[in-house]
Order: sequence, then structure tokens, then C-alpha cells
Amino acid sequence: MSKSAQRASAVDRPESFQLKGGLFPMTLLELKSADLKAIKLELMEKVTQSPAFFQRSPLVFGVEQLTDAEQESLDLEGLCVICRELTLLPTATRGANARLLNESGRLGLAILPRSKGKQSELTAEAPPAPEAVAAAKTEASPPTRIITTPIRSGQQIYARGGDLVVMASVSAGAEVLADGNIHIYGALRGRALAGVQGDENARIFCSSQEAELVAVAGQFMVDEVLRTNHWKDAVQIYLAGGRIQITPLPKHN
Amino acid sequence: MAKIIVVTSGKGGVGKTTTSSAISTGLALRGHKTAVIDFDIGLRNLDLIMNCERRVVYDFVNVINGEATLKQALIKDKRCENLFILPASQTRDKDALTKEGVEQVLNELKELGFEYVICDSPAGIEHGAFMALYFADEAVVVANPEVSSVRDSDRILGILQSKSRKAELGENVTEHLLITRYDPERVARGEMLGVADVEEILATKLLGVIPECQSVLKASNQGVPVIHDTESRAGKAYADAVARLTGEQVEHRFLTPEHKSLFQRLFRRSA
Ligand SMILES: Nc1ncnc2c1ncn2[C@@H]1O[C@H](COP(=O)(O)OP(=O)(O)OP(=O)(O)O)[C@@H](O)[C@H]1O
Ligand SMILES: [Mg+2]
Repeated sequence: MSKSAQRASAVDRPESFQLKGGLFPMTLLELKSADLKAIKLELMEKVTQSPAFFQRSPLVFGVEQLTDAEQESLDLEGLCVICRELTLLPTATRGANARLLNESGRLGLAILPRSKGKQSELTAEAPPAPEAVAAAKTEASPPTRIITTPIRSGQQIYARGGDLVVMASVSAGAEVLADGNIHIYGALRGRALAGVQGDENARIFCSSQEAELVAVAGQFMVDEVLRTNHWKDAVQIYLAGGRIQITPLPKHN
Repeated sequence: MAKIIVVTSGKGGVGKTTTSSAISTGLALRGHKTAVIDFDIGLRNLDLIMNCERRVVYDFVNVINGEATLKQALIKDKRCENLFILPASQTRDKDALTKEGVEQVLNELKELGFEYVICDSPAGIEHGAFMALYFADEAVVVANPEVSSVRDSDRILGILQSKSRKAELGENVTEHLLITRYDPERVARGEMLGVADVEEILATKLLGVIPECQSVLKASNQGVPVIHDTESRAGKAYADAVARLTGEQVEHRFLTPEHKSLFQRLFRRSA
């Protein structure tokens, strides 16, 4: 083997680290206004409601719902300062215009592509031919992930692109996430986040609601509220009018 | 084939070392050639409880570093024919343990014909605890009947089934739940979790319940594993647990408050 080939293979497979793709939950702050004062006030309120949830969690600024004028006037640097004061960690912007792309670069924020729905609107792609739609559907028939063992404190399970079925309990300190629905045939004592890519129709079902946190499409409810809301009942959890609803599952006798 | 059993808990001070000494002694008393390894590098506890601290010449880290042979470091128990202790080093730091080193010692123990190797884990979920559980075939997870201990045990169970060598091979580590320092009277008063609560939260098989018992402190002060005290409640409960570990069916006992003697009852009534 030549020297340069040896070097190349050493670099191909580095010893000092391993590169892996990862998918991690982040909080999206979808801006509806560029008014920093208003944002700060409302954010402070959210953070004091459930400080543990926000503690040092990575944050993405979604700016695609802002008008062009708002995008031009948004003080991104000021927003970062506000968030850091509240223990949040600004990490990326999504859907930025040219000025905000520039600003993001300057502030060391990553840049994420626009969310899918918006993108097709903007790029005005031709609708795919019917056969293509059918093919895409069978191919993407959502994979269901089935877990048969308890999910323990400190563990995290993510069902990407589909539903998650857990045939045991989810412990306090554990976290389950799914792009689709989450079914737990056991107690939910940890955190469950359904519809993490934004599916507002996703639901969580569990045999006993003892959760630390539940979320559907980014709307969440924390422990203190959950305790007074069908605690230890078999329930379903879903969004109605943009808010988390918890209702008991129908009983059989 | 040697069975490697880790005694672990996450939380500190719940009774891992007490349990390691009792279970290894119990297995040896039943005729199984058994070694017990102290993974708590830097603290050295097991040798005190087993009353062999004055006979320690070489330790686990010496063997891993090739400064002594395994045979030189193993200490033969004075009371039990089939029991050997591999003490921890008091002077090294925890990083002295390496996967390769630990594996080599375990392989050598297998070659020496040991049937059981009990690994006494340090507290926490860091390097030392990880080394103690990595090669385990089975795990005795020790929990006290209180929320923080149970939560830590849950975490350790998760680590066992995701980070151990068995897990890496797609296999399961056999789980045994041992509830220690159980005080039925405090459970009745609602000051402690009951056995059923702990079992339900951890969803794993119950190996035994060791009652809170004065005999444990007495035994550790004398350097005699409590299982030798066949009159004590803790000694009996550990003997039952060892029997279950080897596959026997034994009913659980000491789950309800002790019956007061007639004298105590009369005394209480008149008081
Ligand atoms: N069943 C029991 N009844 C009464 N006391 C007990 C019982 N089990 C353990 N203890 C006491 O609890 C203390 C801690 O026990 P031990 O050293 O076995 O715990 P450990 O989990 O090994 O601790 P560490 O995490 O520090 O290694 C000791 O003082 C011991 O005597
Ligand atoms: Mg110990």
C-alpha cells in the first residue's frame, strides 16, 4: 500500500472519534412577531411554568411565519441574548431570508431548511403524477416500532416516521418520541412526545397516566398539571383547538 | 461454565457489599467454587466485611497490570472451603480498570474452574460500575424501598440491557431484584415503599427481600458475612435468596411486621 493510500484510509476511519448521524429533539420557537419585548415577556412566563423542561434545551428559531418586513427588522442577536438569559440555547434558524441567513452565520447559528409544506408553496413544484404518489405511499407506509421491554430511566426511544408501540411501562426519567402515535400498554411514568415532526393529529395512549410530561406536535403539558388530570387512569392524549386534552379510554365490562 | 453475577444498584450505601459477601458465601456453602471481586477501587470494603484485610498482599489492579498473578492475589476464605476473594486496591484510581484487563481476569477465573464469580460494584453509573457490569451474565440489582433508590435501580437495569456485552450481542442479562433494609412496620406506616410497589415500578423478578436487621451491622463489625448468622432474619433471608438464585423455589418471608412476644404485648398494653 502506498503512503498516501495508508493516510487516506486512516482518515477514512479516524481513531480519535466516530462520526454518526443523530436525530435529537429540539424545541422550535415559531415566531409570530418580531417584537422582542412581547416575546421576552411570554417566554419568561413559559419558562417559569416548567423550568426543568427548558433547562439548557437547544432551541430553533422558526421565522417563516414572519412577514418580509418583520424578517427585515428582527433583532436576532437580541433574541439570542434573551433566550440565553432564560437558560435556553439558541442553535439554529429555520426559514430565514437573505438578511437572517447572514445574521445566523455571524451569530454561529446553524441554518435549517424551510418546513416541507411551505417549501412546495414557494418553489411551486409541479404536483407529482398520480402513479408517483401511489408508489411513494406504499414505500413510505409508516414503519411501526414495537418495543417489548420496559423503557428505563435515562433511556430514549424514537420511532422515526411512524408509530411507537411499547408493550411495557415507560419509567420516570425515560423518554419516548414518535413522528406518529404512541401506544403504551403499561404505565407512562416518564415523558412521551407524539407527532414530533408537527403532526397535530398524533395521539398518545397509555394504560396508566403517571407522566412527567406529554407533548403532541410541540404542545406540551407538565407533571403538575398531569397530576390533576386523570392521574393513573387509562387515557388518550391529543390536541383539540391547539391544546392538550386528556380523556379516559372507554371502559369494557 | 462460570456464571458472572454483578451486584449493583446505582445508589450508594444500599447494601451491595453486604449482599456480595452474603451471596458469595452462600453459594460456596452450597459447594460451588466461588470468587468474589471488589470493583470499588480506592475504597476497599469487601475485605473488611469478609475479615481478610490483613491478608491482602496483591489486589485486582496488580493482577490487571501484570504485577502479580491471579493465584497470588486470590485470598482463600477462612471459613469456607470454596470461597476466594479478589480485593480492590486502596491506592489506585478507578481508571486502573480496563475492559481488556477485567476480561482477562474473568477468563482466568473460568479456567481455574470457578462456577460463580460475584462482582461487587461501586455506587454510581460511572466507569467502575460499568466495568463491574459489562461482562455480567446475571445481575442482582439491590434497591432499598424508597423512591430515589428505586429510580437508580431502574437506570442501572436500563444500562445493563443496553450497554453490557450481552446487550451488544443482542442477548439479555438475567435480572434479579433484591430489596434490602426492608422494614415492614415502616411500610405499614406508609414511610417506605412496599414490596409490591417496588416490583411494579421495576417490573422485574424478585429474588428476595432482606429485612432491616441489627445482625447486619454486628456481622460487618465482626467481619463475618451475615449469612453465617443462621439465627438472624437477614441471615435467613439471604440464605433463601441464594437458594432461589440456584433455581430452588422458596417462599418469601419477613414481609410483614414481626409478631411481638407476649411479654412485649403485655408491656405495651400496660404502658
Ligand atoms: N439488611 C440490613 N439491615 C441493616 N443494615 C444494613 C442492611 N444492609 C446493609 N446495611 C447497612 O448499610 C450500610 C451500607 O451497606 P453496604 O456497605 O453493604 O452498602 P453498599 O451498597 O456496598 O455501599 P457503597 O455504595 O458505599 O459500596 C452498612 O452500614 C450496612 O451495615
Ligand atoms: Mg460497597
